[in-house]
This record gives sequence, C-alpha cells and structure tokens, in this order.
Amino acid sequence: MVDGAVLRITDLTKEYGSLRAVDQISFSVGPGEIVGLLGPNGAGKTTTINMILGILKPTGGSIEILDRNLAEFRSEISKSINFAAVYAHMPANLTVRQNLYVFGLLYEIKNLKEKIHLLLEEFDLTVFANTRAGLLSSGELSRLNLAKAVINQPRLLLLDEPTASLDPSISQLVRAKMKRYADHTRAGILWTSHNMNEIQAVCDNVLFLSRGKVLLSGNPRSLPAEHGKKDLEELFITVAREPLRLKE
Amino acid sequence: MRLSRICAIFLRQLFLFKSNPTRLTSMFVWLIIDIIQWGFISKYLASLGQATFSFITVILGAVILWGFMTRIQQGIMMAFLEDVWTQNFINFFASPLRIREYLSGLVLTSMVTSLAGLLVVVAIAGLGFGYNILRVGTLLLPFMLILLVFGIAMGIFVSAMIFRLGPSAEWLGWPIPLVLSLFAGVYFPISTLPVLLGAFSKLIPPSYVFESMRTILTTGTFSGDLLSNLLVGGLLAVTYLFLTSRFFISIYRKNLQSGSIARFNAEAF
Repeated sequence: MVDGAVLRITDLTKEYGSLRAVDQISFSVGPGEIVGLLGPNGAGKTTTINMILGILKPTGGSIEILDRNLAEFRSEISKSINFAAVYAHMPANLTVRQNLYVFGLLYEIKNLKEKIHLLLEEFDLTVFANTRAGLLSSGELSRLNLAKAVINQPRLLLLDEPTASLDPSISQLVRAKMKRYADHTRAGILWTSHNMNEIQAVCDNVLFLSRGKVLLSGNPRSLPAEHGKKDLEELFITVAREPLRLKE
Repeated sequence: MRLSRICAIFLRQLFLFKSNPTRLTSMFVWLIIDIIQWGFISKYLASLGQATFSFITVILGAVILWGFMTRIQQGIMMAFLEDVWTQNFINFFASPLRIREYLSGLVLTSMVTSLAGLLVVVAIAGLGFGYNILRVGTLLLPFMLILLVFGIAMGIFVSAMIFRLGPSAEWLGWPIPLVLSLFAGVYFPISTLPVLLGAFSKLIPPSYVFESMRTILTTGTFSGDLLSNLLVGGLLAVTYLFLTSRFFISIYRKNLQSGSIARFNAEAF
C-alpha cells in the first residue's frame, strides 16, 4: 500500500446472490501514478470501477479516496473524482458546450464559461461546440468524455477503456494527454484497457483481475518476464485462459 | 441540497426544448386541443338547457385545472424518461449530484413547463370562450397548490415505478390521470358514483378541489365546509408527496445495491 494514496481499496467485495463478482481485492493508487486494471471480460473491472464511483454498493471491504471513506463522504469525495467510459453516455441531444455546461454546474465549477472555453481548445472540440453529442464521431465523443472527465480537475481519474474505438493516432494523443495530466496535477489514474501496448506505454503498475480476484500485480514492463511470458499480451491470454495454472 | 446542481438538471431539460422546438408540442398542443374541444362542447350544452350555472366556467375550469395536474405528473415522468432513454444515469450519479437534487431538478422542470402551459390555455379559454379563471376567487391558489403537490407526487410515483421495473413501465404513467379522473370528480359530482367508488374518492386529494370548486361556482357561496375540505385535500396531497419521495429514494438505494444504475437500459430488465 502507498502512503498518502489517492485511492486505497481494502478487501473490496461485491456479491450478486451466490456470485462473487469482486472477491476481496486490495490495491492502491498513489499521486501521479497510473495503474492499469486488466483482465478478461467479466473479471470484475467495471464492477470495481462502479463501486469506486459510488454507483454500486460493495458487499464488503472499504474504499478510501484522499484518506476519506467513500461510504461516509460520498458527496464530498465525488467532487474530487471523475471518469470516462465508453458505455457512459453523455446526453446525446445536448450540444458539446451544453453538455460541458451541465456537468460544470454539477461539479460546481467556478468561472465555468472560461473553463469550457479552455477545455474546448485543449480537446480540439471548439469547432464542434454547437454540435449535438449524438452527431459526433466516436473519436470526437471520446474527447468530449475526456473533457468532461477533467472538468473538475479530479485528484482521482477513472478511465474505463478510454481509447476503445479510437484510431491509433487519436489513441496516442489521448494517452499523451492523460499521462501529462497525471504528471502535472499529481492525480492518480485507474486505467482499464484491452490494448496491452497501451498499458505498457502509460501504466506505472498493473493489476490482473481474474474471476473477481487480483491474480497478479506489478510493473507492466517486467511482469511478463517474471512469469515466463514474452510480453504483456501473452500474459493476458494466459490469465484469461488458464488463470489457475498461472497461480500455481 | 445545492441550487447549482438542481439548476443543472433543470437546464439539461431546458436545453432540449431549445434544441428541438417540436418538444413544445407536448407542452401546449394537447392542452390547446382539449380547451377548444371542451369549449365548444360547453357552449353547445349551455345553449340546450336552463342551467343555473355557466357550463363554460364549470367544465372549462375543470379541464384546465385537471390538465395542469396531468401536465405536472407527465412532465416529471418525461424528464425522467429522457435520462432513461439517453442512458445518463452513470454520468449523473457518479457526479456530486444527490438523489434529492436530481428529483428537485425534475420537479422544477415540470413546474415551469406546466405553468407555461397553464398560462397559454387560460389565455385561449379567456379569449375564445370568455372563461375567467379568477371567478373562483382567492381559493384558486389553494386549489392549484393541492393539484400541484398531488401532481408532483404522482410524477414521482410513476418515475419510481419506472426506476424499479425498467423503461417498459412507462405505460403506467399515461393512464393514471384518466383513471384518477373517474374518482376525482373532475367532470361530475362524487355523489354520482356508486357508494364504494365514492369512498375511494375520499383518498384522492383532487376530489376535494373539484367538489369545492363546483360548489362555489354553482351556489356562489363560500361555506366553512369548503375550507375544511381543502385542508383535508392539502394534507392528503402532502402525505402522498412525502410517501412517494421516500419510495423513489428507496428504489434508488435498492438500485445502488443491485447495480441497476450502472446498467439502466431497456435490455437490463
């Protein structure tokens, strides 16, 4: 565990009846650190993120963000966190500017109009400011999601497959932007992706989830060799297909 | 409760009207058609008999006030459904927005749009049929307040049912005003109903409003009974509002446990 961690998860568990979607996982994210949350579909990544966002109640364990317990201080804490995910839609029938305005009010941003102007420029959205979100391409929509995700300058940023459906050029820009954000603001970032090259490029640490448990964790650049695999992708495939064998 | 977050939900709905003026249809057109149709029916009825009261005032008044309550209920439901259809719950509820603020934003939206609708239909009824809403006097205010509070309660109830059962439960919201109108004595006195159904009317706040309004308009007098009637109607409406708000919040908490907020869409149910 990291001292002064932005996010500290302890024995986090989520049960749906007899199914344990997340099974006593523990990890932390430090300031300026980017942690990759990896695993096959259904491993528990999104469930974990939803619990950190406070939109899903854990069955057990604790979530501390900036040294405060999420269960007790959810409303205060949520001002310091934000997220972007492909499955979390922005209101499609509002324009880009209207979307940012509504979310700016929700996060009680000061000098909102100026902030929106800066975000539109930073995420190359100025030309689409008056375009409805539903008419944007997936790349433009991802940039809008990211602009919304940093509107409150979060200390903890959750990115669930932020580059899914983006072309390699835009993906690379998004990675660079987010890495710069973590460096400049010392925000912690929890990043999920199925693109192992991306994880290797941006993450300081990774956690492999399998069937709701943390199976492996470590530096994404050295972890494959530690387990006799040639790269992160091969390690991922083993985790997905033969998690028990890897454990042994 | 933070005003800026309530305003965010209100603005989100207002932007929809701005970007798509056809949405104004639902606000005004049906009410206007209702008023015109009932205006002519009232005129025709007035020409037939020697009634001791004005059909225009009694019937158009009932249509306008009932339409106001219906609009309040459906306004909340529609604003809520907008977020269901566009799947915004994750983004909204992962923000600092609290459930009470969200609900207040929906109510504010519905109140503003319904009051705008009311002003338009009152003007049309006045210009087209000589209807004067102020003939009821100062009691108009408590009448409308009871209908407003009960309309909000019904809107929250229907939204809670959709939140619990999924978007397909939308159908519940449309016939509710129609069913309630049978027991609320909107168009005929409660005494017209069989005894058992009449007893059910006692539980419905608008029945106190419409009975009282009819008494004022037909007898032209304000009795002490009217005030006690309105008090009972008001208390009932506030009780329903309290209960339905608790119900909505309890459904929200249940959804936080089950994970429904994160995957609230038509396919999830």
